[in-house]
Amino acid sequence: MVNIPMAQEGSVTVCNCGVTTEGITEGRLDGILASYKGVESELIPILQKVQQEFGYVPEAAIKRISEFLHLPQITVFGVVTFYAQFKLVPIGRNVIRVCRGTACHVRGGARILTEMEGKLGVKAGETTPDMEYSLETVACIGACALSPAVVVNDKVHGRMTIKKVGDILGEKPRDADVDGN
Amino acid sequence: MLGSDRVRILVGMGTCGVAAGADEVLQALKEGLDQNGIQADIMHVGCIGLCYAEPLVEIIKPGRPSVMYANLTPEVVRAVVEDYLVHDNHRPDLALGTRGEGTLEGVPALFDLPVLKPQVRISLRNCGNIDPENIDHYIANGGYQGLARAFKMKQQEVIDEVKASGLRGRGGAGFLTGAKWQFCHDAPGDMKYIICNADEGDPGAFMDRALLEGDPHSVLEGMLIGAYAIGAGEGYIYIRAEYPLAIRRLMGAIKQMEEYGLLGDDIMGSGFSFHLKIKEGAGAFVCGEETALMASIEGKRGMPQPRPPFPAQSGLWGKPTNINNVETWSNVSAILLNSAKWYASYGTEKSKGTKNFSLAGKVMRTGLIEVPMGITLREIVYDIGGGVLDGKQLKAVQTGGPSGGFIPAAMIDLPVDYESLAQAGSIMGSGGMVVVDEDTCMVDMTRFFLSFTQSESCGKCIPCRWGTKQMLDILEDITGGRGREGDIEVLLELAESIKDGSLCGLGQTAPNPVLTTIRYFRDEYEAHINQKRCPALACRDLITFNILPDKCQGCGICRRACPVDAVSGGKREVHVIDQDKCIKCGTCLDVCPGKFAAVVKLSGEQSPAGETVETVDTDVARVKDSRQPSNVGQEV
Repeated sequence: MVNIPMAQEGSVTVCNCGVTTEGITEGRLDGILASYKGVESELIPILQKVQQEFGYVPEAAIKRISEFLHLPQITVFGVVTFYAQFKLVPIGRNVIRVCRGTACHVRGGARILTEMEGKLGVKAGETTPDMEYSLETVACIGACALSPAVVVNDKVHGRMTIKKVGDILGEKPRDADVDGN
Repeated sequence: MLGSDRVRILVGMGTCGVAAGADEVLQALKEGLDQNGIQADIMHVGCIGLCYAEPLVEIIKPGRPSVMYANLTPEVVRAVVEDYLVHDNHRPDLALGTRGEGTLEGVPALFDLPVLKPQVRISLRNCGNIDPENIDHYIANGGYQGLARAFKMKQQEVIDEVKASGLRGRGGAGFLTGAKWQFCHDAPGDMKYIICNADEGDPGAFMDRALLEGDPHSVLEGMLIGAYAIGAGEGYIYIRAEYPLAIRRLMGAIKQMEEYGLLGDDIMGSGFSFHLKIKEGAGAFVCGEETALMASIEGKRGMPQPRPPFPAQSGLWGKPTNINNVETWSNVSAILLNSAKWYASYGTEKSKGTKNFSLAGKVMRTGLIEVPMGITLREIVYDIGGGVLDGKQLKAVQTGGPSGGFIPAAMIDLPVDYESLAQAGSIMGSGGMVVVDEDTCMVDMTRFFLSFTQSESCGKCIPCRWGTKQMLDILEDITGGRGREGDIEVLLELAESIKDGSLCGLGQTAPNPVLTTIRYFRDEYEAHINQKRCPALACRDLITFNILPDKCQGCGICRRACPVDAVSGGKREVHVIDQDKCIKCGTCLDVCPGKFAAVVKLSGEQSPAGETVETVDTDVARVKDSRQPSNVGQEV
């Protein structure tokens, strides 16, 4: 029995039986499947389109895809859980990815992550209750010469500092008036 | 560069450039040209490898050498437009270097600069010079002539040429490319595949990304040559999804190839047909391993398979398959364009040619470099890289990503080639090269690498799945102050079992960071375990932040900046850090004015003021006694 965690209240709720309260219409999913032939090698590209379209891979989609490709559901589920790109619960409207690659780590990436976690009030891998931000870590985005780096949706922010974390989250600068200096 | 009567401007728009602010600079550039009524041709180019100097703009006035301007901001680029293009003042103070015929006063030739002089750009030959979205630029620079030459040769002759060049796989394993092609060519079967491994999962490595963004055709032409030599009719590029710009450039390049008849049936009238598809990775480091990669293309979980059979005999869907790395393919097209002899004139006896490295970490000039094999680490770190940041001491150079090892500073004269790096306990790897300094804790770096490989282990082999977890747990204990006598011996024993019992390269090389750091930096492990001390003052659980009473001037900056209000002290009073509240973020150290330098990190020793909640009053009382009058008890 697959146990998919319940998503937050007030947004999308996915019941264990597969019925959703919002949006996966058969139409949207079938629209994606229409451009594929129905062979196993299409599984990952299909899942990538579903992830992009819905922001996660709903259980109903796993069922439908496994029928389309003539694969057992557990096989499809196995692929979904193997790859980091696929989520089983919806992600926030904005995805913040803090790079934890080697170069970023050496230039203080861990501090940037801690600062993000503190400001957002969630840990890496979680989504804020208002579904506004999802915070993730990524192994390396390849901007190593500009470490530490953070990606917000598709925009890469290089040469990150603690102050820039606040800028990214749209905050006013912290009161840093100088006294005695 | 061809003569033209209009001003041409090259803007670096690789991922690095954009991340450094190239979009805003481009916008300001266009506005500046408009405002001054200047007609110019603007070209977007890929990464030239000078990432530390991005955003970069190169201006070419007719009849003049080009001038490259670095570290641009919207304001500065507007000034450059006005000064150089209106007043003919080329601003030597802002110019990095020139390229092409002629000189400009006060500006050195770009390739004479220490950062570029030792480099030999073969795979990166066009990056930064051409518009990667325009196939005509590639063709104008010798593009697809290597392919044309290959079509005039027999398949075996092409394979012999690649063998003679001495090219070895640039993905990291360093297997002789020509020999690998031979196996696949000789394998029986009518249907064969070639694959480009563009998964580049090593954290700290971005060479392949830059190459695919800056000059995708050099890779694609190489693949065509390989497909022809081997007899493959279909090819795949497996590229990680985290490289969206590279994917877009590849898709555009493939489309242009199809339009020009360079892909599809009967290419260039040769009778040879070839089709290419792109497959995106889905976030699994292990899919950089060739058998896992092929499983992923087939739509399965990326779990490696035993070899033999090797992909050359039985690969994708059981058919003979040849997989090569992005950089390898780019070198192939260069070899067929020039000659094997030319390529083999670079490098060393056993490691021919050049290698790309992503130079990153605590070095002045981070970026993408291409150097002849045999160059020393010293030349790379000090000549090209400009030395360690902030005048700190070099500690080690890490090569090979999470599969590699650390070369200590004492071995800085090591030549960079496959054999020398292996002997030193590391590997060439895909090309990630990270410089670390005296502030880097080697045990923490090892923990960092293990946390990566442990989470990326596919789980198939128990020694890898459990062994990496156990190594990680021990390393987390050591860096967390819970290290025990005997931990080093257990780590060494685990390392052997994991290497022996793992099916694929991930598990077989995961223990390498542990082995090299114990080999060269055992004293750091011992300090952590026996004295609960971190010599580099990096491990948060083993350090405390302290304010030196004789240096603190009570300015209050750290108190206001502290995110958890752990600093207390009135105006002009010695401030004190509450160790129970302190989260070791380091903000106080950052903001304390340089002339006071009152905040220090200590490890394994008692802090001077012995800060606890009870002694705060003692400190304040001391201050109160020595200075009159005071504001004790009153917040300022």
